[in-house]
Amino acid sequence: MNQRLTGRASARREDTPALGSPESRRRAIKARRLRRGGLALLLVAPAALAYIVFVLRPMAQSIQFSFYEWNGVTESTWVGLDNYAAILREPEMSGSILNAFQLIIYFSFIPVLLGLFTANTIRGFATSRLAIVSRTVLFLPQIIPLVAAGIMWSWLYASNGMVNQVLEAIGLGGVARAWLGDFDTALPAVGLIGAWVALGLCMLLLLAGMTKIDPALYEAARIDGAGPWREFFAITLPSLRQEIAVCVTVTVIAALASFDIIYISTQGGPGNRTLVPGLEIYRLAFFNREIGQASALAVALMALVLLVVLPLQRLNREGDS
Amino acid sequence: MVASALVLAACSAPGSNNDAEEPEESAPATEDASALDCGTEPVTLKAYIETGFPLATELFDEFEAQYPNVTFDVREDQFAVLTQNAPRVLVDDPPDLMRLPQMSELASDGLLLDLDEYAAAFGWDTWPASQLEQMRVDDEGRRGNGPLYAMGLNFSMTGVFYNKELAAQIGMEEPPATLAEFDSYLQAAKDAGLVPMAQFNGGATGGLAFPLQGLMASYGDAGEINDWIYQQPDATIVTDTNVQATEHLQSWIEAGYFADDINSMDYAMMMSRFIEGNSVFIFNGDWESGNLDAQMPGNVGFFLMPPVEEGGSFGAMSAPLTYGISANAANPACAAFFLDWIATNDEARTIAVEIGGSHPMGPADAFMPAVAEGSVTAETLAAGAAIGAQDGAMDFIANATGSVYAEGWTPNLQKLVAGEIDPTALLEAVQAEYESSVG
Repeated sequence: MNQRLTGRASARREDTPALGSPESRRRAIKARRLRRGGLALLLVAPAALAYIVFVLRPMAQSIQFSFYEWNGVTESTWVGLDNYAAILREPEMSGSILNAFQLIIYFSFIPVLLGLFTANTIRGFATSRLAIVSRTVLFLPQIIPLVAAGIMWSWLYASNGMVNQVLEAIGLGGVARAWLGDFDTALPAVGLIGAWVALGLCMLLLLAGMTKIDPALYEAARIDGAGPWREFFAITLPSLRQEIAVCVTVTVIAALASFDIIYISTQGGPGNRTLVPGLEIYRLAFFNREIGQASALAVALMALVLLVVLPLQRLNREGDS
Repeated sequence: MVASALVLAACSAPGSNNDAEEPEESAPATEDASALDCGTEPVTLKAYIETGFPLATELFDEFEAQYPNVTFDVREDQFAVLTQNAPRVLVDDPPDLMRLPQMSELASDGLLLDLDEYAAAFGWDTWPASQLEQMRVDDEGRRGNGPLYAMGLNFSMTGVFYNKELAAQIGMEEPPATLAEFDSYLQAAKDAGLVPMAQFNGGATGGLAFPLQGLMASYGDAGEINDWIYQQPDATIVTDTNVQATEHLQSWIEAGYFADDINSMDYAMMMSRFIEGNSVFIFNGDWESGNLDAQMPGNVGFFLMPPVEEGGSFGAMSAPLTYGISANAANPACAAFFLDWIATNDEARTIAVEIGGSHPMGPADAFMPAVAEGSVTAETLAAGAAIGAQDGAMDFIANATGSVYAEGWTPNLQKLVAGEIDPTALLEAVQAEYESSVG
């Protein structure tokens, strides 16, 4: 996802066509362009076909299915917007959307803020071996499959798991509980797993962004008497605008479309407290066999993700100009 | 872009061009339609079964040994995968034998073979009617009546398992005869510093449905609960006796009789705690009898949820391990013959008890294998007979509709544990979910 976004951002700058050819050669160029266009189309065709068949077509089908009541096998019934109305009516579905928004705090805000802090700290000792070690350690969760992370954390959170053992060791046994089974702590506990995973990615992206900042800016600031705080807010933060936008975009999508971590650790329990749209779509489609309802929720989720993410892209673009 | 892509999607309604609507009635040429056995020509039965339970494959092996012209082509999956794939597999790759999930929709959608003809031919209709009741589905998808769409490999029985050593510690020599007596043993276990009951109720599981339904049958009538499960008109789960049962369950939660982390406990955790001696009682079914006899020989006892007053009514969830035949199966007669063989062949009945741990299907006076005295298998089989005499067999309240477990019982039982819902509200929430799918 992040590759696609960053790729698109850099491509935008390169594809400005060369202008200002003399009048006499215009026709020749036009012909050449057409020929080239044909070739380009031919080269693009396989990829475009794959994109149409595997991305656009299923998307369109989901939209179509969302207007039917269908069990996936036998005949379907047209129900119009009923499935969409049900999303607002049924507390499982509306509640799952609210849960997903709460997850943004953990999947997005915490990793971006912590990522800024750690990246800035690591930049301070960028050349030492410690920087490499801390970068690796913090990035490690990113390469662990989410399923493995979910299993590991559910052990940590278990009633006799390490979290509770540590709490008891430091005399906080009273706080110990089955973290994933408690109505008040289940969602934050799941959220922290997401934060732990996303931190590495954010930190690495931000760190990469920091290396692009001209050191002369910092020197100049220091000559003007700026302290580390001033440097951070006046130079580092504004220069990282694009990277932050990418981090927030990727992590917000991860929060809204989350599935794996929750499927492994809580399966939506206790009492639907950690139910998210991704999990509810899966349940509806594969267990209740309500393909239409599942598609409607999927389409609503897609619209919601776009609604949240598109304004973020504008922020990114303003940073460009 | 999305809008233009709509054009790419097929514009006819989904599912309308499916073969499933016209299941082929005529038996394929490979099989003589009138025959009621597997013949003498080589036959390959395609079976789609649940992985992790050796009963089916043991039966297949024995059948292959007795009928050498038959071979089984077995595909195994986890039950969750099986549930997801059921409709598609029954249509696209029709098995001759398939372990079935909740079957009312599969039957009413015409994906399963109507077995009534075979039932009459093999004499299944002379067996105790309660054995087959759960597998009958009428044309509106209500179970309990109508044509037979499946057969059981055996039928399970649920109740309370207890650790005999720990029970002796708290002075329990005999299983309790009344609920009040059971309560006193739970309190004694708590006072002795033991965990009275570990019960899975975390994640997507609502294992408190086991004790709850047992309590419902002690306070009320098992038949009424079955009516609700079979979606009889105007059936409701919100009755006075069910509220009393739920209140009783709540009193156990509030007294701290359950482990304090049941809302994050899964089935495997419950089993390992019980086997390690970290729980005095658990509510479970006899599919674990064989396993418990192997892991804790001589140390496990079983009793049914006791009645409110001595000699009062009681009940147990008892369900067949259902196998069905696809409406498009290639060898339906041979598959039906196999299902009959399981219930009537002595070897097969022995396997059903020894490997499956549960009572075999079939006539009430059929052969029963000898079971070791003092084993929990012997106790669960005896309990099965008691339930049969009482007419107290119920299907699971979790099976009433396809989604009532995941969206009704599980979240609301978890809320009951957390003290977020009261008994009446719990039953009302489940009833609302039930009505949304029964319609």
